[in-house]
Amino acid sequence: MSNLAALPIILPLLAGIVVAFIHKKTKIVRILSQVISVVNLIAVAWVFLQVQQNGSIILETGGWAAPYGIILVGDLLSMTLVLTTNIIAVACVFFAPQSLSKHQEEYYFYSFFFLLVAGVSGAFLTGDLFNLFVFFEVLLMASYGLIVLGNGKVQLRESIKYVLINLFSSMLFVTTIAFLYSVVGTVNMAQIAVRVQEVEQQGILTTIGILFFFVFATKAAVFPLYYWLPRPYISPNPVVSALFGALLTKVGIYSILRTFTLMFNQDVQLTHTLFIYLAALTMLFGVIGALSTHNVKLIIAYNIIPAVGFMLMGIGIFSEVSISGTIYYLVHDMIIKGALFLLVGALVYVAGTSDLRKMGGLIHHHPVLGWMFFMASLVLAGIPPFSGFIGKLLLLRGGLAQDELMIVIVALISSLLILFSMIRIFIRGFWGEKTENPYPERKRKAAKMAWPVAILLSFSVLLGVGAEWFYPTIQSIAEYLMDPQIYIDSVLKE
Amino acid sequence: MEFIMAILAGILFTTGIYNLLQKQLLRIIIGTGLISHGAHLFILTMGELKTGKPPILTEGVENYTDPLPQALILTSIVISFGVTSLLLVLAYRASQVNGTDNMEQLRGNDYE
Repeated sequence: MSNLAALPIILPLLAGIVVAFIHKKTKIVRILSQVISVVNLIAVAWVFLQVQQNGSIILETGGWAAPYGIILVGDLLSMTLVLTTNIIAVACVFFAPQSLSKHQEEYYFYSFFFLLVAGVSGAFLTGDLFNLFVFFEVLLMASYGLIVLGNGKVQLRESIKYVLINLFSSMLFVTTIAFLYSVVGTVNMAQIAVRVQEVEQQGILTTIGILFFFVFATKAAVFPLYYWLPRPYISPNPVVSALFGALLTKVGIYSILRTFTLMFNQDVQLTHTLFIYLAALTMLFGVIGALSTHNVKLIIAYNIIPAVGFMLMGIGIFSEVSISGTIYYLVHDMIIKGALFLLVGALVYVAGTSDLRKMGGLIHHHPVLGWMFFMASLVLAGIPPFSGFIGKLLLLRGGLAQDELMIVIVALISSLLILFSMIRIFIRGFWGEKTENPYPERKRKAAKMAWPVAILLSFSVLLGVGAEWFYPTIQSIAEYLMDPQIYIDSVLKE
Repeated sequence: MEFIMAILAGILFTTGIYNLLQKQLLRIIIGTGLISHGAHLFILTMGELKTGKPPILTEGVENYTDPLPQALILTSIVISFGVTSLLLVLAYRASQVNGTDNMEQLRGNDYE
C-alpha cells in the first residue's frame, strides 16, 4: 500500500480548485498553472521510475482491503500512460496563452484543464470498474466545460452533440456494470477477473463483454461509432482540440485494452475476431474521411480514427508482440496527435483560414512551422526511423505471426493513405509560390506557438530513434497484460 | 418483483430512446433523463430486491439487502443530475445563439 498511486490525481485536482478561485488574475494563474504542470510531470516521472524498479503500487483507499474498498492500481501500463498524459499537458499549458483569448483564459480554462488531467489520470489508475465510470464522468465534465469555452455559434451547436452522445454511452456503461454486477457480484476488476473464470454460463459474460466494448468503442471512436467525433473536435480552440485528440479517445482504447486482457479473455475466438474486422473498417473509413475534406482541422480530426483502428488491431490479434505494438502505438499516438492539433492550430492562425484551397506558400514565411509539420506527417504515417514506424512494425509482425493477412494489408494501405492526406496539407498549405504574407504581424506569436510543439515532436522522435531503449519496458508491459494472474495476485494478495 | 422492475426499466428505456430520436432539443433532453432513470432502476433490480431488510451485515442479521447497488445509484444519480442541468443550460444557449432548437437545422457544414 502506498499513497503515491493517488499523487497524479490529487495534484491536478487541487490545482484545478485553487486556480478557480483566482481566475480573474490571468497572469498569476498562467504562471501558477505552468509551474504546477511541470512539477506534476516531474512527480509523475518519479513515481513511474519507482514503479519500474519496484513493481506496481496499490492504494487501498480508506484502508479497506482489496475486494471491498475502492483501489487505485499504479502498474507499469497505467503509469506509462499517465506520464504521457502529463507530457502533453505541459506542452498544452505552454501553448494555451498564445492561442486562447483573454476571455477564455479568464473563464476557468486552467481549472477545466487540470480537472481533465486529473480525470484522465484517474481513469488510467483505477482498479475498480465503477470508479472507472466515475473518472470517465470527471474527465467528461471537464471536457464539456472546455468544449463550450468561447461560446461560439458552431461551438455550442457541436457541443450539444458531443454531450448527448457521451451521456448516452455513460448510461449504457452504468447499465452494463449493473449486468456484470448481477452475474459476478463485484465491481473490483481483479475480483471480476477471478470470478469470470468460475461462472458456468460463459455466453452471458461474452454478451456483457461485447456491451462493454460498445461503450468504450463509443468513447474511442471505433467503426461504426466514430461519426460523432470529427466535428465537435474541431470546433473549440486548438489547444482544447489537442487535449481531446490526444487524451480522450485513448482513454477508451485503454479501457478496451484493460477489460479485454484482464477480464473478458474467455471467448477470444469471438470477441477478438470481431475486433479485427472492426479495426479494419475503422482504418478504412477514418482515412476516407480524412481524404474527403479540404478543412485542415477536419483532416487531422479524421486521422484520429485510423489510429484507433491500429490500436484495436493489436488488441484483436492478441499476442504478446501485437499487444506491445498497441501500447507503443498508444504512447506514440497520444504525443503526435497532441503535436499535430497544436501545429494545425498555429497553421490556421497564421493562414487566417482552415480551408486548404485558400492557403499556399506559407513555408516562405514560416519555415519552422512548415518543416515541423512535414516531420509530424512522417511520424504519423510511420516512416522509419520515427515512432509510428516502430508501433506499426510490431503490430504488423504480430499480425503476420498469427496469419491475419487481411488486416495487415488493410493496415498498410491505410498507412499509405494517411501519409497522402497529411502530405496534401503540406503541399497545398506550405509549398507553392511565395505569396504575400496575409498576416505579417502574427509571426512573433506563431514562433511562440512553435516551441511547445517542438518539445512534443522531439519526444516523438526520441521514442522512434531510441526504440531500443524503450522497448524492454513496453515488452514487459505486454507480458504483464497477457498474464492476468500477475494483476490479480498483486491486487488481491492471495 | 424483479420481473416488474425489469419491465418498468425497459419501458423507461424505450420511451427514452423514442424521445432521443426526436428533432426538438428539449425532447431529446427529456429522453436522456428517462434513460438515466431506467438505468438507475436497473442497477437497483440487479442487486436483488428485498422488502424491509437492513442494508447491513452484522451478527444476528442473516437476511440483508445488498448495499452496494444503492451506493452506485447515488453516485450515478448525482452525475446524471449534473450533466442534465448542464445540458439544459447548453441547449438554451445554443438555441438562442443559433436561433433554432431543431436538430435538423443544427447540422452544420464544413467551413465555418
